[in-house]
Amino acid sequence: MLSEDNAFITALQLILSLDQTLVGIVSLSMQVSLTAVLIASVLGLPLGAAVALWRFPGRGLVIVVLNAFMGLPPVVAGLVVYLLLSRAGPLGELGLLFTPSAMVIAQVLLILPIIAALTRQHTEERWEEYREQLTSFRVSRLRSIPTLLWDARFALMTVILAGFGRASAEVGAVMIVGGNIDGVTRVMTTAIVLETNKGDLPLALGLGLILLLLVALINAGAFLISEEAKRRLG
Amino acid sequence: MNDMHAASTSAPLLTLDKVTFRHRGQTLLQNISLTLSSQGSTIVMGPNGAGKSLLMRICHGLLTPTSGRLHWHDTGGRPPRQAMVFQRPVMLRRSAIANVTYALAVQGTCWRDRKPLAREALERFGLTDVAHRPARVLSGGEQQRLALARAWALRPAVLFLDEPTSALDPAAIKAVEDAVTDFGRVGTRIIMNTHDISQAKRLGDDVLFLCQGRVVEHNNAESFFLAPRTRDASAFVRGELVW
Ligand SMILES: Nc1ncnc2c1ncn2[C@@H]1O[C@H](COP(=O)(O)OP(=O)(O)O)[C@@H](O)[C@H]1O
Ligand SMILES: [Mg+2]
Repeated sequence: MLSEDNAFITALQLILSLDQTLVGIVSLSMQVSLTAVLIASVLGLPLGAAVALWRFPGRGLVIVVLNAFMGLPPVVAGLVVYLLLSRAGPLGELGLLFTPSAMVIAQVLLILPIIAALTRQHTEERWEEYREQLTSFRVSRLRSIPTLLWDARFALMTVILAGFGRASAEVGAVMIVGGNIDGVTRVMTTAIVLETNKGDLPLALGLGLILLLLVALINAGAFLISEEAKRRLG
Repeated sequence: MNDMHAASTSAPLLTLDKVTFRHRGQTLLQNISLTLSSQGSTIVMGPNGAGKSLLMRICHGLLTPTSGRLHWHDTGGRPPRQAMVFQRPVMLRRSAIANVTYALAVQGTCWRDRKPLAREALERFGLTDVAHRPARVLSGGEQQRLALARAWALRPAVLFLDEPTSALDPAAIKAVEDAVTDFGRVGTRIIMNTHDISQAKRLGDDVLFLCQGRVVEHNNAESFFLAPRTRDASAFVRGELVW
């Protein structure tokens, strides 16, 4: 009991003194997850809007697959990326395994379906409402994509935040493809696992607190966005 | 022969040739042939479910007829610049002025001209004060005026209006009717659908009367309301065939 109290205080000291190891781990986590969210958004937002706009054979299947992949277990995403990037795998020559790039790829795989599937839902609602008016304006389907994305902007910001939350909080995928190498691929979640196993509770707790704070901030952000949307859009 | 009158007063604008529209095995519009002249305003009337809105959507190009064809005379068969105002205005989730500049942008108006044109249109419809408010928090009447301002900014040769006043209060109805008159004054061809006979009398040059997916009568407005040629139309004018 006493030692855990001490661990908590030491954890706070680590955070407040901006401990080098801790800061390094947090900033790598942020870099990896922000890059993954950026890539997944650039791909997933137009993809989701396109699925909402076009009717094509197999569209139902695409929607079912996207929805199913929203719940993809992180370890499975990690395993798939591991097999692709491992020396014997099809992309092995790139030498990306156990680098931050591999972690980005795994997180993109994890959150792209979330962003695409939720974007599809939100933009399809807008499209039902706008279709006649946009057709009357003679707006092409392609030109409708940015229109729908912009008009669903508040909902989509929340979607992107949810993607970021999932990316930064998952441990299975980055553990497998990153390898938790000190100073290279060690991020918050993998560090927490390792330090807890080693019994180094202060660092694990410090990172845990920051992760908790991050999740709280994301939720606060999502709440503020939805309030703002209500106020601005009626 | 029903539309001899309309066709003879000025050059033809649009001809529908045996236009039929079917949906799920039901024939909703049947063999509609008519010619609209290039001037004035046409009021489309008829009981509920007659196919007025469908006919407008086909003319405006929102729906494709199952069979038959449309021919626009002035523009060599191609549709002219046109706009449509719906019963319930569809507003994008942006400010009032951004709704207008968006329509101008997708029409290909140079970006430097968009703001001035939008401001001019908003001013004409008394919306200057709400220009920067989100369009969707405006009142029903303001939204309908914004829809008209948006159409105005597009400078359409033809304007379709599908029951633009049916959800509005008297003051807002007056504003819409004035706007329709203004459009007519600058030479915009009006094709409007309404349930309101006195409104049709105020605004219409000719009346297209539909019943059960067919054109029953196409007559100039004065004769239509004074001495309808068909039994259905006279019942409608007397108020016996409303819905
Ligand atoms: N999208 C649609 N799908 C199926 N039926 C429709 C659709 N739109 C209209 N209809 C039917 O077509 C007929 C004519 O509709 P409409 O043109 O809206 O009538 P109105 O003369 O009242 O404007 C009605 O019987 C209506 O039920
Ligand atoms: Mg109707």
